[in-house]
Amino acid sequence: MAYLKKSPWLIHYDASSCNGCDIEVLACLTPLYDVERFGIINTGNPKHADVFVITGSINDLNREVVKNIYEQMPNPKVVVAVGICACSGGVFAECYNVSGGVDQVIPVDVYVPGCAARPESIIDGIVKALGILEEKRAKMTEMEAVHA
Amino acid sequence: MISVLTAVLYLLLAPIAGGFIAGIDRKLTARMQGRVGPPVLQPFYDVAKLFEKEDVTVTPSQNFYILSYLVFMAVTGAIFFAGGDLLLVLFAFTLAHVFIVLGAYAAYSPYSYVGAERELITLMAYEPMIILTAVGLYLVTGSFYVSEIAASEVPAALYLPGVLIGFLTVLTIKLRKSPFDISTSHHAHQELVKGLTTEFSGPTLAKIEIAHWYETVVLLGIVYLFFGFNPLLALVAIAVTYFLEVFIDNTFSRMKWQWTMKEGWGVAVTLGFINLAVLYYFYLGV
Repeated sequence: MAYLKKSPWLIHYDASSCNGCDIEVLACLTPLYDVERFGIINTGNPKHADVFVITGSINDLNREVVKNIYEQMPNPKVVVAVGICACSGGVFAECYNVSGGVDQVIPVDVYVPGCAARPESIIDGIVKALGILEEKRAKMTEMEAVHA
Repeated sequence: MISVLTAVLYLLLAPIAGGFIAGIDRKLTARMQGRVGPPVLQPFYDVAKLFEKEDVTVTPSQNFYILSYLVFMAVTGAIFFAGGDLLLVLFAFTLAHVFIVLGAYAAYSPYSYVGAERELITLMAYEPMIILTAVGLYLVTGSFYVSEIAASEVPAALYLPGVLIGFLTVLTIKLRKSPFDISTSHHAHQELVKGLTTEFSGPTLAKIEIAHWYETVVLLGIVYLFFGFNPLLALVAIAVTYFLEVFIDNTFSRMKWQWTMKEGWGVAVTLGFINLAVLYYFYLGV
């Protein structure tokens, strides 16, 4: 039973992005791309979310916030780093206040590079993430069966 | 007079009907916004998915309250479709909502608290009009029993136009449609995190969804009572009503809670009371 793939709800967080990637994430929700036809909903609540879409690099101010959002999400969950800053820090990687990509704080499942990442590649990345989400769910059910 | 069979049928079929209505709602909404929209079965996928998720609980009591919400919402509908007392239906209905408010208060979260407070405001706003609806139906049909009201040959909608419009107004509040979706809404972008449902996830959130499906069917059932004299007309009225709800949802943005109160009570007093007063003095010949 793989209903997770049919109804992924995502939460979008702007770490320290320039807003370029954020605009592209929101573009996915517009009538042109309309990701809701795959059941994807942008929730504002980590407790309802399955996919954590994060843009921008990690710095000392948002490190705890990112960790907190990730920990509030119920399992199974996946993280999609959108844009080159979220993947590796991008051109800001060497800045004194930037620690690097999102994977410095939480485990990232899918990297979507680009500056800014195009809506097509964001949707592609999320669809890839859904496969990983399904794997994680299968593993979780297996673990529950073992412990039960 | 009381039919157990229809009550059991309601308990089994209402979630299916409610889910379909929610799916059609989302499809219509998408089309009105120029989008393709999710499949009609999407609400069922959502709920099935929520049951696959981990159940994150802040306080154990919150899950108990939500279970009570679901059970009392089902009881409300069961009494209604069994043909029971309409007043009892409305009291069970209110009790169900008290449980979801308690559930939201049980979780220590400011967003959940704001949602719970707003849900209480919504309760205050729609309750007078709902009671007036029961009183109005009693005045024209002479019974509080749903089975007798539904079977009555009196064209209730013609005697109670004010009450009907008033009920449709609070129906918008009840279905959490814009401009009255102050406690929580289906659209994330006008949200205080997620209002009332912020602290509920996984299976608990799924129960809230299922309770909402039960609720939708009961509320549309009350619309039926206004047109009980002609079942075909009643079904058309229900379809038109729901289409209007979706239309209003898409043409309004969310308003302040003060506006919800003014609408709820203002409509109840002006349309409901005047309608009932006219009916009482001119038609029932006091």
